[in-house]
Amino acid sequence: MSSNSAGGLVSLQKSVKQLRFEAGIRRIKVSQAAAELKAFCLQNAHKDPLLMGVPSSDNPFRPPKSCALF
Amino acid sequence: MGEIEQMKKEAEALKTQIEAARKAVHDTDMASAASGVAPAPRVQLKTRRTLKGHLAKIYAMHWSTDNRLMVSASQDGKLLIWDSHSGNKVNAVPLKSSWVMTCAYAPSGNLVASGGLDNMCTVYNLKTPVIKTVKELDAHTGYLSCARFLSDTEVLTASGDTTCALWDLETGKQKTVFLNHVGDCMCLSLSPDMNSFVSGACDSLAKLWDIRDGQCKQTFLGHTSDINAISFYPGGNAIITGSDDCTCKMYDLRADQEVISYQDAALNSGVTSLALSMSGRLIFAGYDDFNCNIWDSLKGEKVGVLSGHDNRVSCTGVPPDGMCVCTGSWDSFLKIWN
Repeated sequence: MSSNSAGGLVSLQKSVKQLRFEAGIRRIKVSQAAAELKAFCLQNAHKDPLLMGVPSSDNPFRPPKSCALF
Repeated sequence: MGEIEQMKKEAEALKTQIEAARKAVHDTDMASAASGVAPAPRVQLKTRRTLKGHLAKIYAMHWSTDNRLMVSASQDGKLLIWDSHSGNKVNAVPLKSSWVMTCAYAPSGNLVASGGLDNMCTVYNLKTPVIKTVKELDAHTGYLSCARFLSDTEVLTASGDTTCALWDLETGKQKTVFLNHVGDCMCLSLSPDMNSFVSGACDSLAKLWDIRDGQCKQTFLGHTSDINAISFYPGGNAIITGSDDCTCKMYDLRADQEVISYQDAALNSGVTSLALSMSGRLIFAGYDDFNCNIWDSLKGEKVGVLSGHDNRVSCTGVPPDGMCVCTGSWDSFLKIWN
């Protein structure tokens, strides 16, 4: 924030305008928000490879069980 | 003088009003709401690849949308493009400035970008016979901490000059500048619907922005130090942040507040980076203490750790198909785990 009063005033006006905007938004209850986040997470859990584990047959980072020896 | 005093009073009153509005909807928190959820399984991931090739600290990495290629940036002055499946280097892009802090892969796979203490975001075309510099995006007056492509024609940047910017790659000019942070911007994350993004900064705040009109829509308080890492939760209704205050936090956008904090008294290292598993259930957070801790995002419990680096974990990333997690470190190696 500028220490000279003209710069300080403009900066403050911007802050107040921003705060007014943020104060005006609609907020939902945390219980509703949390329930929906939880539901999303649980619904998608079965598709989450890091959570479910990746079978080695499907794992592109793991060689298949049978190896050819040269 | 009177007008300034008036404005200061109004600002304080508005802050109090916002705090009260948040309290009014704070009828629970995430951990309590998830108390009935079965704990996440103990997560034990193995290193499947150790990617060796950089000669100095790795500062950033980013997956391609093809789930296979990735770009990494090191202060050895190079971007390396890796095929994660084979572990081979596909491309090396020499950088004009070795003080790189960020890199990004365009969704198309055609372009990559880098930036750092040169204050610029440089965009390279990977598909020309010889890799060419397409544009140097030069207007920030501070370091480039993060860059992300929206497409082959638009890039979002976050800078130490406290601003974020949306650039037109055809003209090389800033289309929109996002002004509101009062500290260096350290990280950004695009919303799944690409209409907004969130930024984290050294002012310890996270902010939600409308990409098209440049408006800061929401500000999230709670951290007590620099926010180094930020990511949208899949689904787009929440964000996760990681900070030098040694905690990660989840903020819900519609409740406009912090709903859970991921912390442990034994952990006293800053969070450098974070990435989420596909469902959002697991948070992979890189710390200054050389580890990457795995958190259950719903219950707030630590469910695993990725140990193996010999220096700070500086970057983490999960590809879009969620098949693995990549960690990059100041020890100059990248590791792929699943």
